[in-house]
Amino acid sequence: MSGSPLTGSLVALLAWLAIAALSLLPGRDAWFARRLAFPLGALAGLALAAFGLQAAWAPVAQMTLPLGLPDLPFHLRLDGLAGFFLTLLGAVSAGVTLYANGYFRDETSARLTLISLQYHVFLASMALVVLADDAYLFMVAWETMALSSYFLVTTDHRLPAVRSAGFLYLLIAHLGAIAILLSFGVMHGGQGDYTFNALRAAELTPFWATAAFLLAFFGFGAKAGMIPLHAWLPEAHPAAPTPVSALMSGIMLKTAIYGMVRVIYDLIGGVRWEWGLLVLAVGAGTTLFGVLYALMQHDLKRLLAYHSVENIGIILLGLGMSMVFVGFGQTAAGALGLIAALYHTLNHAVFKALLFLGAGSILRLRGLRDLNDMGGLIRTMPNTAFYFLVGALAISALPPLNGFVSEWLTFQTALQAPLLEHGVVRSLLPLFAATLALAGALTAMCFVKVYGIAFLGQVRAPRHPVHAPAAGAGRDCGGAERMGMAWLAAGCAVLGLFPASFLLTLNRICVALLGGGVPESALESSWLWLVPTSAAQASYSPVIFLAVIVAVTWLTFLLVRRFYHGRVRYSHPWDCGYPEQTARMQETADAFGQPIRHVFGPLYLMKRHLPAPDDPAPRYSLRIEDRHWYLLYLPVARLAEFVSAKIGLLQRGRISIYLLYSFLTLIGLLVFVR
Amino acid sequence: MTTATGIAFQLLQSVFVVLAAPLLLGWVNQCRAWLQNRSAPSLLLPYYTLAKLFHKDAVIAHDASPLFRLTPYVLFGCMWLAAGIVPVLATDLPFAPAADIIALVGVFALARVFAALAAMDIGTSFGGLGARREMLIGFLAEPAMLMTLFTAAFISGSTQLTTIVETLAHREFAIYPSLAFAAVAFGMVLLAENARIPIDNPATHLELTMLHEALILEYSARHLALIEWAVAIKLFAYLTIGFALFAPWGIAAAGDWGTLPLAVAALALKLALAGAALALVEAVLAKMRLFLAPEFLSTAFLLAVLGMLIHFLVQG
Repeated sequence: MSGSPLTGSLVALLAWLAIAALSLLPGRDAWFARRLAFPLGALAGLALAAFGLQAAWAPVAQMTLPLGLPDLPFHLRLDGLAGFFLTLLGAVSAGVTLYANGYFRDETSARLTLISLQYHVFLASMALVVLADDAYLFMVAWETMALSSYFLVTTDHRLPAVRSAGFLYLLIAHLGAIAILLSFGVMHGGQGDYTFNALRAAELTPFWATAAFLLAFFGFGAKAGMIPLHAWLPEAHPAAPTPVSALMSGIMLKTAIYGMVRVIYDLIGGVRWEWGLLVLAVGAGTTLFGVLYALMQHDLKRLLAYHSVENIGIILLGLGMSMVFVGFGQTAAGALGLIAALYHTLNHAVFKALLFLGAGSILRLRGLRDLNDMGGLIRTMPNTAFYFLVGALAISALPPLNGFVSEWLTFQTALQAPLLEHGVVRSLLPLFAATLALAGALTAMCFVKVYGIAFLGQVRAPRHPVHAPAAGAGRDCGGAERMGMAWLAAGCAVLGLFPASFLLTLNRICVALLGGGVPESALESSWLWLVPTSAAQASYSPVIFLAVIVAVTWLTFLLVRRFYHGRVRYSHPWDCGYPEQTARMQETADAFGQPIRHVFGPLYLMKRHLPAPDDPAPRYSLRIEDRHWYLLYLPVARLAEFVSAKIGLLQRGRISIYLLYSFLTLIGLLVFVR
Repeated sequence: MTTATGIAFQLLQSVFVVLAAPLLLGWVNQCRAWLQNRSAPSLLLPYYTLAKLFHKDAVIAHDASPLFRLTPYVLFGCMWLAAGIVPVLATDLPFAPAADIIALVGVFALARVFAALAAMDIGTSFGGLGARREMLIGFLAEPAMLMTLFTAAFISGSTQLTTIVETLAHREFAIYPSLAFAAVAFGMVLLAENARIPIDNPATHLELTMLHEALILEYSARHLALIEWAVAIKLFAYLTIGFALFAPWGIAAAGDWGTLPLAVAALALKLALAGAALALVEAVLAKMRLFLAPEFLSTAFLLAVLGMLIHFLVQG
C-alpha cells in the first residue's frame, strides 16, 4: 500500500490540513503563516500533481477510512479521472500559492492567520471532493469547499458590497448542493448504500436517469457558473482577494466539471444524446453570454469572471458534443469530445489563474481595478505585462498556446458530425462549432481591449482607485509573485506546444469511462504531431508552427539589418499630424465595446442617458445590466419573501400559541401514524 | 520522393509566394486604374515602394514599447507561414501537416491580434479606433470563414488543405451546389479580411472610412514596408486558399515534378483572372458604412451555413 498514488495524495491533502492548523500557531507576527505556510502549501500541491499524474496510469485504488458517522465510513477512490483533476488542482494551486506568499505580504497578522487557515482548508476540501467515493463524503467535502471559499470571499467583510456578494454566492452554492443531493437520492434508487459503487450498480429507468441527470446538471452547473445560475460569479470573484479569485475561477469551477463528468458518464451511465443537446444548448448560451458581457466590463476582475462563465460554456460545448456522440454509439468521436472538454478544463485553469494573478499585481501595487484608470503599465511593470500577454494570447485561442489546442480539438469533434445518423443533430453540431468560433474571436477582441488599455498606451490619471498605491509605487511585482506567474505561463506554453502526451493520458481516462477511446496509434505517432483520428484527416504541430514563425521572424530581422539598416529616430506620435494628443483622448474600455453594443444591442439591458444638445451640464451615462436579474432572480426573491412572510404569520410570539401548535401537531401525528 | 527534395520544394514555394505577392497587388492596382479610366501605374510599383521604404530611417514615437517594434516582424512571419502551408503549386509539402485550415485561421487571428495591440501601443486616438474596428471585422469574419472551410472539410473528410485539394482536384466532374454557396461566402470573407471595398478602402487615408490604415498609422520605413508586404502576402494566400478549395485544377500532385510548369501557368492564369475580378468588384461597389459590415458578413455566414446544410441534404 505504501507509495501508491492514493496514499500519496492523501498525505498531500493532510499536509494542507496540517498547514492550515499550524497557521494558527501563536507567535510574533504570525511567522509561520507569513514565511512557511504558502511555500509548503505549494510543495504539497506539486506532490499532489505528481501523484495525480501517476494515478492516471496506475490501476484504480480504493481505500476506506474509519472516520465519519458509525456505519458510514469514508470511502476514497483514485482512478484516472480523479487523478487528472488532482493534477490540475495540484499544479495550478502550486503557482497560485507561491504567488499568494508575496501577495499577502502586507496583511496584518490576524488577517493573514485566518486567510492561511481558510486557504489551505479550501485546497484540501477540493482534493477531497475529487477523491470521495461515496455520496456522503462527497457532500461533506463539497460543503466544506463552499464554506471555506465563502469565508475567503468575505475576507473584506467590512465592505457591504463584499458581504452581499458573499451571501449571493452562498445562496446559489446551496441551491446547487440541494440539487446534487437529490440527484444522488434519485440515482440510489431505494436500495443499497450510498457508495459510488452502489450508485453505479443501480439500474434506473430512462425517466429516473433523466431526472438524475437534470438534477446533477443543474446542481453542478450552479457551481460552474452556467447560465442562468452564473449571477454569483461576477460578484464573488472581484470581492475575493486575488489569489482566492484565481483558485475559485481556475480550480473550484472545475470541481463542478469533475462532478458532471463523474455523475453523467460514470454513475448514471447510459448517456442519451438528448441530454447532450441540452448541454450543448446551455453551453452555447453560456459561452456567448459570458463573452458578450465580458466585453462590456471595465472592472478587470469582473471581466475575468465573465470570461470564466464563457469558458465553462466552451467546456460544456465539448462535453455536450461528446454526449451526443456517445448517445449515438460513436464511442471514438465521443472520446474525442470528452478529451477536448477535459483538456480545455485544464487549459482554462492554467491561463485564467495566470490572468487573475496579473490583475492582482496591478491591484496590489497600483491600487487599480478599473481599466479606464490604467494605461502604459508595460513600461513600469514589464514582468507582469509579459506574463499577462501570455495568458491573454492563450485565452484568445491563438496558436501555438494551449487555448488553441483545446478549441481545435472541439472543432475536430464537431467535424465528426457526418458519423451521426440523425439528420438534424448532424447539421446542428457544426453550428455549435460556429458559436465557438464567434466566441473565440470575441475573446480575442476583449483581450486586445484589456491589454491595449491596461498595459499599452499612455498612463492615465486614476479617477476611481480602490486604494492608494503600495509603498514604492512604480515598481514591478516581487520574486514570489513572478515565480508563481512564470510557472503558470510555462504551463500555457508546455500544454500548447506538447499536447500529445497529455492527450494520451486523457485518452486512458476516456477508455476507462466510455469503454473505448481515440485510436492510440494516432496519438502515439510522435510527440511532435497532434493527430486526433488519422493523419490524412487532420493534424497540427505546434512546435513546427512556432519554430517556423520564430525562424522567419528572426531571419527577416537579420536580412533587413544586413541589406538595409536599423536606424531609428524618436519623435512625437504622428496621429495624422494632430499635436494636442493627451492621455484622456485614448480609447477607453467602454469605447472599445461600442461596436459590440451596436451589433448585439438587443441582447443587453442598457440604461443610457444622452444629454440634449442644449444641456448646460451634459453628463453621459451608460449602465449595462443582466436581464437574468429581472427575469429570474428578482421574481424568485420576491416569491421567497412572499412565502416567508406568510409563514411568518405563524409566529405570534406568545408561548401559549406555540404550545397549541405542538398540541395540534401531536394530534395530527396520532391520526396519521398508527 | 525524399524528404530533402520535399523540404527544398517547400522553401522554394514559400519564397516564391513571398516574392510574387507584391506583383499581384501591382496587377490589381493596374486593373483598377484601367477600369477607372486612369493611366495605370507600373506593374512593379509595389516593389519600388517597398525598396523606398526599406531605405528610410524609421521614426518611432517616444513611448513605443518593444511590442511595437516586434509586431511588423511577427506579422511578416505569420504570413510567411501561411504562404508555406497553402498548396499553391503542388500538394507535396512536408510542412503542410503542421497546420490545417483551422490552424490557418488561427495564424491570421494571431497576426490580427498583434496588429491591433501594436496600434494601441502609442496611445493615440486613431490607433485605438483602428484596433476596435479591425477586431470587429475579425469576429464577424471568422465564423463565416470557418463555416466555409467546414463545408469543404465535410466534402473531402479532412481539414488538411493538401488532402482537400487532392480529393477535390481528382474527383469526377460533378457540380457541388454546397461548394457554390461556400465560394460566394468565401469571396465575401476575402474582401473583408483583406480590407478591400466594400468593407475598407485601401486607397484612402480618411479617418472616417479607414480600418486597416488606422492600425498602421504610426509605422514608417522598414516597419511599414514589412507590414505592407505582409498584407500583400495575405491577399495572395487568401486567393490561393480560394483556388485550393474551389478551383484546384492544375495543382501538381504529390511527387509529380513534370507537371510543375503547367501548375505555374495555371496559377498565373487563375491569379490574373481573380485579380481582375477583385478590381472589378472594387470598381463597381462603393464602400459601406462600418455598421453595415455586420450585415454583409452575416450574409456570408448564412450562405456558408446553407452550403453546409445542402451538403448534408444531398449526401444524406
